[in-house]
Amino acid sequence: MAKTHVTMTINGQEVEALVEPRTLLIHFLREQMLLTGPHIGCETSHCGACTVDMNDMSVKSCTVFAVQANGANITTIEGMAAADGTLSALQEGFRMMHGLQCGYCTPGMITRAHRLLIENPDPTEDEIRMGIAGNICRCTGYQNIVKAIQYAAATINGVPFHEAAE
Amino acid sequence: MIPGRFDYYRPSSAQEAVALLAKLGDEARPLAGGHSLIPVMKTRLAAPEHLIDLGGIADLRGIKVEGDTVVIGAMTTQHDLLTSKLIAEHLPIIPETSALIADPQIRYLGTLGGNVANGDPGNDMPALMMCLDATFTVLGAGGERTIKAREFYLGTYYTALETGEIVTSIRIKAMSKATGYAYEKLKRKVGDYATAAAAVVLTVSGGTCTSASIGLTNVAETPLLAEDAAAALIGSSLDKAAIDKAVAAAEAITNPAHDARGTPQYRTKMAGVMLRRAIARAMTRAHG
Ligand SMILES: Cc1cc2nc3c(=O)[nH]c(=O)nc-3n(C[C@H](O)[C@H](O)[C@H](O)COP(=O)(O)OP(=O)(O)OC[C@H]3O[C@@H](n4cnc5c(N)ncnc54)[C@H](O)[C@@H]3O)c2cc1C
Ligand code: FES
Ligand code: FES
Repeated sequence: MAKTHVTMTINGQEVEALVEPRTLLIHFLREQMLLTGPHIGCETSHCGACTVDMNDMSVKSCTVFAVQANGANITTIEGMAAADGTLSALQEGFRMMHGLQCGYCTPGMITRAHRLLIENPDPTEDEIRMGIAGNICRCTGYQNIVKAIQYAAATINGVPFHEAAE
Repeated sequence: MIPGRFDYYRPSSAQEAVALLAKLGDEARPLAGGHSLIPVMKTRLAAPEHLIDLGGIADLRGIKVEGDTVVIGAMTTQHDLLTSKLIAEHLPIIPETSALIADPQIRYLGTLGGNVANGDPGNDMPALMMCLDATFTVLGAGGERTIKAREFYLGTYYTALETGEIVTSIRIKAMSKATGYAYEKLKRKVGDYATAAAAVVLTVSGGTCTSASIGLTNVAETPLLAEDAAAALIGSSLDKAAIDKAVAAAEAITNPAHDARGTPQYRTKMAGVMLRRAIARAMTRAHG
């Protein structure tokens, strides 16, 4: 059971590595690439804490083998802010709207919402809720997460956002 | 949760994939979107020694129309089905169903081929494929054959596929614009398999139901084609008596497991409720 040579672009950087075929992408990212932003919540494809962006799709990296991501373009939460540290509109939205409490779900939420807003830059509240339905938060009750995403959408669309966090 | 060890292959053609499956034998499995297979590998309920990833086979993905038939490649994802103009136009009941499967992340990777080949009665696409009288094109080392969805499901995780065969495409006759349709699914939350679900397509002419087809999800060891229920609708004016008769006929063929979703009695009744709702919604969409 030989190791497989893989190359990927992760957060804009080309990487190469040897992986065992059974290595899950989340373990590869956390343990071999030392990117501990994507979290392991359930490890059973339910919670979305491990969500990363792979070839323009939000995927649960606990349910993808690293070998399947050979050649892929991957963005994790570590790749969301600008190089100079300026937060993305979503990160700013989560900060301003108190979109997190313990923060465990946050990397997955932001990474998922990132793809949602690319596909649908002006979502309704319902579209936001259905769009993040694969991500579980045990703390916030989702209210402020939805507002954080609305804040980011408003920022991206250049319109003011007047609602306050709850 | 770490799966057992396996060797990984990524062929670039379907021929190459089935040649590998033939060579490697019983311990080899195709890998599609991985969202049924990887979870069972993590719990070691499955421990294949060889995985043949179909993800590198471009020919297996895509949607086209051939005459009156829509041909969907096995590796077409739920997300592809949800965003395809061709599917929206010719088979709108498919995206209605896809939207009720799992969650956005899973729909980016989960494939139609994997959903129909998996053999889990909880999957939503098989009952829909039976309802739509889909045909699966299947390739093995010995060549190609076709299998009707209505003859494909033999038991839980037991299908008409022979070892080493893969589903390459799914062929479905396009629905006419006048066809009424609905997929109704009861689930406890987003990402849950159905407590019970029903797929209905029907046509109406001058107030009389001229054709009807009904599939039921997750209320028996296999998806069900509810033929007597459909027969109760055909020729009727879709009045309450006919619908009551159809619901009773559908409930009569269910045999659901007792699980966290409820008792067999409850799930049977819910199959009836889902069918009743699906018929009502299909009626509002049928023209003629
Ligand atoms: C949290 C969660 C919730 C879910 N909820 C639902 C739901 O509500 N409804 C639903 O329908 N599904 C649900 N699923 C399952 C999901 O839709 C899977 O994607 C689908 O069942 C299998 O498709 P796949 O492409 O992921 O196949 P895989 O997991 O890769 O394969 C599944 C099986 O089919 C075989 N196979 C795959 N492709 C082929 C082929 N072309 N030819 C022959 N054999 C093949 C594989 O060898 C394997 O045995 C859920 C999954 C998860 C993790
Ligand atoms: S850790 Fe992947 S979905 Fe929960
Ligand atoms: S902030 Fe704690 S799980 Fe979401």
